[in-house]
Amino acid sequence: MSATPSILYIFYIVAAVLFILGIKFLSSPRTARYGNLVAAAGMLVVFGATIPLLHEQSWNLNCTLMAIGILIGLALGALGAYSVKMTAMPQMVAAFNGLGGGSAALVAGLEFLRRAHSAEGIAPFFAVTMLFATLIGSLSFSGSIIAFLKLEGHFEKPHTFPGQNFFNGLVLLVILGLCGYLIGGQTTNSTAFVILFALALFFGIAMVMPIGGADMPVVISLLNSFTGLAVAADGFTINNLSMIVAGTLVGSSGTLLTLLMCKAMNRPVTNVLFGAFGSASGSKAAAGGVAGTVKPIQADEAALLLAYAQRVVIVPGYGMAVAQAQHQVRELSDELGKRGIEVQFAIHPVAGRMPGHMNVLLAEANVPYDQLCEMEAINPSMDRVDVCLVIGANDVVNPAAREEKTSPIYGMPIIEADRAKTVIVMKRSMAAGFAGIENHLFYKDNTRMLFGDAKASLNALVAAVKAN
Amino acid sequence: MSVEHILVLFIFILSIFVGFEVISKVPSMLHTPLMSGTNAIHGIIVLGGMLVLAGADTPLARTLGFVAVIFGSANVFGGFMVTDRMLQMFKKKKK
Repeated sequence: MSATPSILYIFYIVAAVLFILGIKFLSSPRTARYGNLVAAAGMLVVFGATIPLLHEQSWNLNCTLMAIGILIGLALGALGAYSVKMTAMPQMVAAFNGLGGGSAALVAGLEFLRRAHSAEGIAPFFAVTMLFATLIGSLSFSGSIIAFLKLEGHFEKPHTFPGQNFFNGLVLLVILGLCGYLIGGQTTNSTAFVILFALALFFGIAMVMPIGGADMPVVISLLNSFTGLAVAADGFTINNLSMIVAGTLVGSSGTLLTLLMCKAMNRPVTNVLFGAFGSASGSKAAAGGVAGTVKPIQADEAALLLAYAQRVVIVPGYGMAVAQAQHQVRELSDELGKRGIEVQFAIHPVAGRMPGHMNVLLAEANVPYDQLCEMEAINPSMDRVDVCLVIGANDVVNPAAREEKTSPIYGMPIIEADRAKTVIVMKRSMAAGFAGIENHLFYKDNTRMLFGDAKASLNALVAAVKAN
Repeated sequence: MSVEHILVLFIFILSIFVGFEVISKVPSMLHTPLMSGTNAIHGIIVLGGMLVLAGADTPLARTLGFVAVIFGSANVFGGFMVTDRMLQMFKKKKK
């Protein structure tokens, strides 16, 4: 690397600054889009500076493969990014993250195998960075695939068996043992390395399978930071500063983001990863029974309540995303607005499948910014709300988080929908939410249940409000 | 461990702190785009894939390097595009 021209490092510094500014701009609504472009510009700078290095030799098969590979990736990426529905964004992020992790693992694996057979062998420092990237990268790859499938609706429920944590611990122990063996001088043993690779892939699956679909945002965020760290380790291995800086930035900001998400749910990150949420403790709480009865309501009557309210708060949840009902929601809010009713949207930090999921969807439907309120902002005035319309949200409005000490979600901050004068809950059935627990809100005296598909119910509501 | 390694570790440690500092004040509604945007940034791994592929000399190494480049390229392009698509919507509504 001593042959690397110093001008290359100047470009890497520029790129690092652009990445940092990009992330910085991404954290404010006003500059977010600009921030993404700044980060992309940083990427262009890195490529522009590095690609000439590759062309020291004449064009060969490897160069052709590179060009083809990039074009295929570009096509796949563009196809994924532009064909995906707004509701499926979380899956897409998981998929892209998994690909990045897989790439990082392959890069480390290839370097490892190449150096293992070279004359000079592998220094312990590089053995560590390569094994780390292989491990973390492949774990992120397989884990992201499971997260993707869970968000697509396959095996959403936590999959657990007795002694699972023990079993996973055992696998991890074997992995670490193999790492020790490889670092401790046996670096030429390719078989051990391939076994390690396979075990790491398996561990990614075993780690994510027991986690429920509701916790996937946290998992994706964690795997995102993992991939970042794997990329940084690859950067150490092949001595590329821009990869170290970019990977580390993602690793640390991703870790912080993960912790912020867990904080919003009031659960330590270890509980999310190893708690197998909603299995044992969840059913116990549900069996405890809930006082009160469920009171259904028809769309016409619900429309009357809405049409003659003064202040309406809408609480959207994942159900709205599934039903693709964000446009109907906006129509209803416009219709109520025309009648002089104050309409606000209360957004729980973890509503939907990702923090900010609801904001993205409502933005797609052109709901004005100033109508969106964060949980902390709206809760103090909830008892002055005439009608609180809960659309496909469940756990984030469950008063058990406040009242039921034994509930697994006890202590989680919620939107206090139950304090509104009337609560209308739109839901397909009485099925429990992702946490797998009964929602006490549905049995409260001031709650009415409007059963049916959110989109159909909203259309009926809009028509009925217009008629009034 | 050479001086060069130490310097690189130094940069690594500082980057950790920068990463923490720079996102400490993100409103929760921007969490998804932020996750998506940082996800695109680690797509820089495509560069690693290219560098490794450039040195590949066996069919197996070529194939794996090729796959690494495809994966990384999808990560970086798809990541920035999907983030832009998300943020486009935020832009539209703020008049």
